[in-house]
Amino acid sequence: MFGLEKKDTSLLLIVAVLTMFAPFILNPFPTDSALAQFNAGYPDLMQRFVIFGIFAIGFNILFGLTGYLSFGHAAFLGVGSYAAVWMFKLIGMNVLPAILLAIIVSGLFSVIIGYVSLRRSGIYFSILTLAFAQMSFALAYSVLTPITGGETGLQLALDDPRILGVSQTAEGNIPVPSLFGLEMRSTAELVVGPWEFVFNVGYYTSALFMLASFYLAIRIFRSPFGMMLRAVKSNQQRMNYTGLNTRPYTLAAFVISGMYAGLAGGLMASMDPLAGAERMQWTASGEVVLMTILGGAGTLIGPVLGAGFIKYFENIFSKINDNVLHGWFAFLPDGMEDFVVFIIHPFIGKGWHLTLGILFMMVVIFLPGGLVEGGQRISSWVRGRKSEDKAKGKTEPAE
Amino acid sequence: MDAILLQILNGLDKGSAYALIALGLTLIFGTLGVVNFAHGALFMIGAFCSVTLSRLFSLSHKVEVPGETDFLGNPLKKDVPYLYDIFGESTGAAIIDWAVPLSILFAIPIMLAVGYAMERGLIKHFYKRPHADQILVTFGLAIVLQEVIKYYFGANPIPTPAPSAFTGSFDFGAMLGFDPNTIIYPYWRLVYFAFAVVIIGAVFSFLQFTTFGMVVRAGMADRETVGLLGINIDRRFTIMFGIAAAVAGLAGVMYAPINSPNYHMGMDFLVLSFVVVVVGGMGSLPGAVLAGFLLGVLESFASMREVIDLIPGINQVIIYLVAIIILLTRPRGLMGRKGVMED
Repeated sequence: MFGLEKKDTSLLLIVAVLTMFAPFILNPFPTDSALAQFNAGYPDLMQRFVIFGIFAIGFNILFGLTGYLSFGHAAFLGVGSYAAVWMFKLIGMNVLPAILLAIIVSGLFSVIIGYVSLRRSGIYFSILTLAFAQMSFALAYSVLTPITGGETGLQLALDDPRILGVSQTAEGNIPVPSLFGLEMRSTAELVVGPWEFVFNVGYYTSALFMLASFYLAIRIFRSPFGMMLRAVKSNQQRMNYTGLNTRPYTLAAFVISGMYAGLAGGLMASMDPLAGAERMQWTASGEVVLMTILGGAGTLIGPVLGAGFIKYFENIFSKINDNVLHGWFAFLPDGMEDFVVFIIHPFIGKGWHLTLGILFMMVVIFLPGGLVEGGQRISSWVRGRKSEDKAKGKTEPAE
Repeated sequence: MDAILLQILNGLDKGSAYALIALGLTLIFGTLGVVNFAHGALFMIGAFCSVTLSRLFSLSHKVEVPGETDFLGNPLKKDVPYLYDIFGESTGAAIIDWAVPLSILFAIPIMLAVGYAMERGLIKHFYKRPHADQILVTFGLAIVLQEVIKYYFGANPIPTPAPSAFTGSFDFGAMLGFDPNTIIYPYWRLVYFAFAVVIIGAVFSFLQFTTFGMVVRAGMADRETVGLLGINIDRRFTIMFGIAAAVAGLAGVMYAPINSPNYHMGMDFLVLSFVVVVVGGMGSLPGAVLAGFLLGVLESFASMREVIDLIPGINQVIIYLVAIIILLTRPRGLMGRKGVMED
């Protein structure tokens, strides 16, 4: 189906079903139960899942396939956000033109940066992209204030022209982003017994975009072009010796992943129409690297898993505080309870980044393939007990 | 002329910090071939060593002041640092005042231990892995260290004053025969510069004039052959890692009065120091030092009013701009050896 192999089709279908039914799946606990804090089915968080999913899918096309580790990808996301907000300010509140412009602008931007950065590889490439991103961040923060809004960020105002829309609504408010009249923030709620499910227009718009970009990523992974990118990763020198110029391929991968980042940025601005320079800072680039590695670089589903994992635990972990912990460990004797809470305390709430850092180190050290490899290992361990004889007969390919 | 001199002086203190961090980074890269993204965190730990020590020194207990009462009529209580009890009031006050320079002694063993533990515990397992993995794991470590510091010291910058003998500024211009008050320079920055020069000199002479340093240099040039000669080069490289950590830590200790330590100062300096290393040339020690001072001075020139008026925003991007130009035209850096990671 859709020109995909059977395995990929089923993967795409699984992802599609999961994203479409996410409001149900992410809200497994009744709203008034003690476990309700683990629910993730509210619009804001679900939007972030899919938007960062797109960002990570795009990053994976560059890093996972070609092995070029970019430390400046957040710049494209930031540029996309700015472009989208400008579209809201000048043209109107429809999200489609905004997202389109975001993709185009970040694509152009990544052509320039990619053209220069890709002349080097390895750590030099990382540092070049880092330098470019930090440069854009510094400029957006200071000199480009007329375009970027500087420290306060770029916001909508009542007196923006909005040629194809209205400057302000009848009530005198700033209009909200919409898709042909369908407001991004509008939600429908479904109450089933103690459960409450929220369906948000913005989420479903982003989810559709994510499915489209996931499909595109599968096609790229399976195409001859993707094969070429993998060849660059495994041995670029050999590719060059065969008389093949790899740079157009790597540049294309760079630009594609830049456009993915721009799409994510445009969507982010569509959900909440403001853009700030902090989205371009190198820690933001580091975050997408974390997501991709954590999920599994070079795999199709890995980056999406990683993005979901990080965003979920970021939200849930940072909400847990000492009182919640005391509630959980109330069954322990008093001294023990305080001790356990004392031990866990640094890792929750504001200490979430500590947990993330440790987790990330663990993954890089013990599980270079990320969550996907972890899943494969577990499943092969479960299955492997039966077919141990088969595995023994396997021969290693010669180097 | 005086304006130019002033900018050079202004650039020197930041340049010293860049040079020290870049020196450590290059030592690690040159010896172990590891790209250490956690090096900024070591700089930060150094700065927090001085914070810790000045806090330790000012630990105090309450003492009643005889004959005086507070506004409620209770006996007035005063905080008296324990150091006053041990050394007497004047010596105790002097020790507290000199907390930052004294932290050097305190920081050296700590940083050596941290560096040693880091190499043995983590980096050792990453020699055979690709550079990308090294970057990632040290990046993770940097996050962890930074968050631990944030947990214990809070997110706000902690002012750590220099000894009162060095707090003022002096009129450098008058000394050189310019008009008074044209070149005013804080004492502590001069101290910092002198300190950096001493440390850099010490590292270089250690490498140049001791047997240990000679072996390390031989190992940097050809690790395998040195190993074949029956020398345990790994152990020496581990010690060099400790020394590199100590250099970064000391840079941080002395930087605390210039810029109040906060938990993300390491990350802020790391990005720039990497750029410095690349400009100087991967694996070239003199290159790192040269590029550190050069970029520091260049940055301060770029923040001159006249230059900013000419090219707005240049002060923010000058370092990155230089790095991009250098990487594209001369990828081995200013003083890098031909062929070292030059792909």
